[in-house]
Amino acid sequence: MLLQQFFAAFGRYLQLMGKVFSIPERWRMFFRQYIKEMAQLGVDSIGIVLLISFFIGAVICIQIKLNIQSAWMPAFVTGYTTREIMLLEFSSSIMCLILSGKVGSNIASEIGTMRVTQQIDALEIMGVNSASFLILPKVLGLITMIPFLVVFSIAFGLIGAYATTYMGVITVEDLTSGLLYDFNQWYVWMSIIKSLCFAFIISSVSSFYGYTVEGGSFDVGKASTNAVVRSSMLILFADIFLTQLLS
Amino acid sequence: MIEIKHLYKSFEDKDVLIDINAVFEDGKTNLIIGQSGSGKTVLMKNIVGLFVPTSGQILYDGRDFIGMTKREQVLIRREMGMIFQSAALFDSMSVLENVMFPLEMFSDDCQTDRIRRAKFCLERVNLKGAENKLPGEISGGMQKRVAIARAIALNPKYLFCDEPNSGLDPKTSLVIDELIHDITQEYKMTTIINTHDMNSVMGIGENILYIYKGQKEWQGSKDQIMTSTNERLNSFIFASDLFRKVKEANQ
Repeated sequence: MLLQQFFAAFGRYLQLMGKVFSIPERWRMFFRQYIKEMAQLGVDSIGIVLLISFFIGAVICIQIKLNIQSAWMPAFVTGYTTREIMLLEFSSSIMCLILSGKVGSNIASEIGTMRVTQQIDALEIMGVNSASFLILPKVLGLITMIPFLVVFSIAFGLIGAYATTYMGVITVEDLTSGLLYDFNQWYVWMSIIKSLCFAFIISSVSSFYGYTVEGGSFDVGKASTNAVVRSSMLILFADIFLTQLLS
Repeated sequence: MIEIKHLYKSFEDKDVLIDINAVFEDGKTNLIIGQSGSGKTVLMKNIVGLFVPTSGQILYDGRDFIGMTKREQVLIRREMGMIFQSAALFDSMSVLENVMFPLEMFSDDCQTDRIRRAKFCLERVNLKGAENKLPGEISGGMQKRVAIARAIALNPKYLFCDEPNSGLDPKTSLVIDELIHDITQEYKMTTIINTHDMNSVMGIGENILYIYKGQKEWQGSKDQIMTSTNERLNSFIFASDLFRKVKEANQ
């Protein structure tokens, strides 16, 4: 029964994506929406990404220094481990999990409200492909902005780690030597590639839950929760495969 | 002109519309009336293509809407305007942007002409000066007028109104009814209005279709209602004391 429900929902999701990925009726309107979504989903998320990355970078650095660093370990371990955690997992996967909460609920509730207040019906009656008009700019907008968010997250995580040097946790020299030790540029690309996939999952899954709402405001709330839960689950599943594939 | 021939609509095992036949003429305000749950909203959603009928034909000036390809349906939809019960204005856009939306999507006019046309439509519904307000900042009656302005922006051939007076006071309802009636005649549109409002029926009902439990029960004009002997129609129309007294006075 659960499996049947899953495949039914997956089929509806694929049908919706089929409608979404069509050539926009008016490029002018599409670009206007696209820029608006980049600002709403990407630029408006910069603050929370920077804040969380800064503090997590600092905390990782402190934890590694206190719990792993010892007289038997080389001095670069703290910086090296902090960099690897930020690059490999935090700035792509964990940050996208956080964004699925912020951006996913935003997308699902916005489209869901449009559905229950008949704004989507109004678009359809005008002869507009509502799925493409509403969802495509969100998907492409988030995919465009996510590499910037990943890079900002990595940078602010490392700045957070440097902030701990003021607290005397670690010296600047030790941290810098660790951050530069055995640096593999591919990890940055890996992080960006993973985040592009997660951005697609967040935007498309949340749009699906919003677009298929039936009922009233209570159902919009439920759809919003479902969007966050399901997109988070899918990000975690996808993370396993992508990590294996790209490592 | 819109013709409906042998229209059936079922949801799973429940028949909601049964063998509906009707003609809605242009230049007239055509009303669909009936009790809650009688199927009038389902009928309208079938006509505009939001639902697909189980069987039957819907002809827009002789063009079979159901038998068309999706692309052809989209082209017909550009000849339609619709006013929803909740107005369905786009929350994030100003009043002017809402009216300009269909023009931005489908008109090849330059920006200046689009703005001019949108302002003209707003003036036509007596909403000059509200251009920069958001839908949340204006009253329900004004929202309905913006919805009318948006619906007529592209000079539609067919206008659909789903309970345009719901939630409005009697005076504002009258203004909306008169506006829809005037616009219908001015642009020679085929207008179909879904309503419960007996004031609308008596005021602008040039062609009235009464639906009872998913079936066409009666069709005629507001003048014919006064002399109708259909019991179901009479018990619906003259349910209130006021209209019963009006009928008695007429007799």
